[in-house]
Amino acid sequence: MSKKNETRIDRRFEALKKEGRAALVTFVTAGDPDLETSQAILAGLPKAGADIIELGMPFSDPMADGPAIQASSLRALKAGQTMKKTLDMVRAFRKGDADTPIVLMGYYNPIYVYPNEAFLDDAVAAGVDGLIVVDVPPEADEELCLPALERGLNFIRLATPTTDDKRLKTVLKNTSGFLYYVSITGITGAGAANPDDVQLQVARLKRATTLPVAVGFGVRTPEQARDIAKSADGVVVGSALVRAIETSLTQDGRAAGNTTGAVLSLVEGLSTALRTS
Amino acid sequence: MASKTQKTSEAKLNTLSAGPDERGHFGLYGGRFVAETLMPLILDLETAYNAAKDDPAFQAELTDLLNHYGGRPSPLYYAERLTEYFREVAKSQGGAGGAKIYFKRDELNHTGSHKINNCLGQIQLARRMGKTRIIAETGAGQHGVAVATVCARFGLPCEIYMGATDVARQSPNVARMHMLGAKVNPVTAGAGTLKDAMNEALRDWVTNVRDTYYLIGTAAGPHPYPAMVRDFQAIIGQETRAQMVEREGRLPDTLVACIGGGSNAIGLFHPFLDDKDVAIYGVEAGGHGLDVENGHAASMNGGRPGVLHGNRTYLLQDAEGQILEGHSISAGLDYPGVGPEHAWLKDTGRVQYVSITDKEALEAFQLSAKLEGIIPALEPSHALGWVTKLAPTLPQDNLLVMNMCGRGDKDVFAVAGYLGIKL
Repeated sequence: MSKKNETRIDRRFEALKKEGRAALVTFVTAGDPDLETSQAILAGLPKAGADIIELGMPFSDPMADGPAIQASSLRALKAGQTMKKTLDMVRAFRKGDADTPIVLMGYYNPIYVYPNEAFLDDAVAAGVDGLIVVDVPPEADEELCLPALERGLNFIRLATPTTDDKRLKTVLKNTSGFLYYVSITGITGAGAANPDDVQLQVARLKRATTLPVAVGFGVRTPEQARDIAKSADGVVVGSALVRAIETSLTQDGRAAGNTTGAVLSLVEGLSTALRTS
Repeated sequence: MASKTQKTSEAKLNTLSAGPDERGHFGLYGGRFVAETLMPLILDLETAYNAAKDDPAFQAELTDLLNHYGGRPSPLYYAERLTEYFREVAKSQGGAGGAKIYFKRDELNHTGSHKINNCLGQIQLARRMGKTRIIAETGAGQHGVAVATVCARFGLPCEIYMGATDVARQSPNVARMHMLGAKVNPVTAGAGTLKDAMNEALRDWVTNVRDTYYLIGTAAGPHPYPAMVRDFQAIIGQETRAQMVEREGRLPDTLVACIGGGSNAIGLFHPFLDDKDVAIYGVEAGGHGLDVENGHAASMNGGRPGVLHGNRTYLLQDAEGQILEGHSISAGLDYPGVGPEHAWLKDTGRVQYVSITDKEALEAFQLSAKLEGIIPALEPSHALGWVTKLAPTLPQDNLLVMNMCGRGDKDVFAVAGYLGIKL
């Protein structure tokens, strides 16, 4: 089982605490819009200011995601993305970056058919640091979460506005790395949460855990990121980044010359906001 | 933990009808694989359902509604001409068989299918829970119509998610939902069929979780839905038992029902699971044939275990675990999964799951119309397709019950099109 300060995620949050600023957590889907472009985006994220990278494992039926991430998932699958290719992307990234944490995020079925233990071994070998699997609740910890923790991976859970204090205990039990607070009831990329509500909720979560709390769902602009960073230890931005990929594409849906740049400049703007708040 | 789980499954060996366990598992299958936002609500739902199940007032109210609004009990009908027909077929093949065919007439229910049984149960539960808005997914539109109906009856606003492809091929049911005051939201994601409608309904639910009740139409999804929908549909099998004993003085020998998600089938099968002498067949949609890649909707005969829409079950999926769309002439059967209890019954061997192609279902559709004067929905036409193959091979004293779970009014134009009939 991983102890505090053992993983890249633990070390990154510890370092940022000393710097006195919140982490910028960025989400992109692996293989969107194609493997080569996606690898270039991934490689450029740390320099653009991403502190932690969430890499989406594309799935045909992303039930908790809004239109932007649904579309990015389908683009990646159409371009031939597979779980092996996603893990290879992490391996290639690690050759140039030994420190930036990578969290794989997605749904259970592509992991389940891999299957679980082989996936976890391959993820560790590739240099993955943590997992967020949207549709595996704490009630099913023994099938994926506990084997992941045994291998030194962080297993990051979502807390939501419907997670009351009693439920929170269950959610926190085997959570490690950080706690991801979903600031709205809804799907990714939907309306933004009220910053005052977020502040109250983060305070509530922090009373229950010593883990860093990152806040996501509906964060689009540097201003929103700065507001949320006032109370949270991390700010997650996803739909806005994949939408930047989408709008940069050529008419026939291929990567354009500015696709990588469009995503990275958005990340730079968000990062600047967090570094100057 | 491990020993506790083991004890539970050992205890279940004595009966096939006691499942699921306390965490919603039917053996390997079932469970609750949903986003955290929904977990508290699903736990509430389980508590509310368990309380309602044991409340005589709830059950009495439901029985009253089923009888006087839903039209239960549905008749058990001896299909004499079909029986004679299968005996002729047997004779022409040099045999002396031909089972005695009964139809459980759930197509005579209010709204034209078995779906009303479950909707009356769940709408009562939603009201007990104080929910003020109902959402649902629908494939063929039978469930959507039943939901729209109970929402009209109890004055609750209702939104139905339906794949855009299904909206086009099931227009009579779309019109009915509109008349009943429901809002129909066509879903264009994916192939625009049932799985995509379910994804979109889940997205609505996660957004409006506090006031909204998700009225799932089949015996699938996160626990407690598979068990709850089964319990509400088990009236089909309970009535069949009593009616057959009254008619023939004994239990049936053979049960046949079609399987999409599998709610009508589990409703008929469940009260008979421990009667080892009753042979049970579930009929999946074979589409263009099981050998045609992505050309069928037979999750159990042509898929493998995975996790989707809140439960672990057999799924149509590729090597990467991406879900396939599946195909069937019947909009009610082309779902890439199946209820988890069926997955478990398949693995235990208690129920035999077979498949019938589009073409075979169309032939059975015509047979029922012409010989019995009953126009079946395309879904039970699959069940009848299997009866057509099976009945001539069984002895004449074999009592066979097929669930006629829906009527074919919604399908007549589509079928006329397939058959090239100019109207």
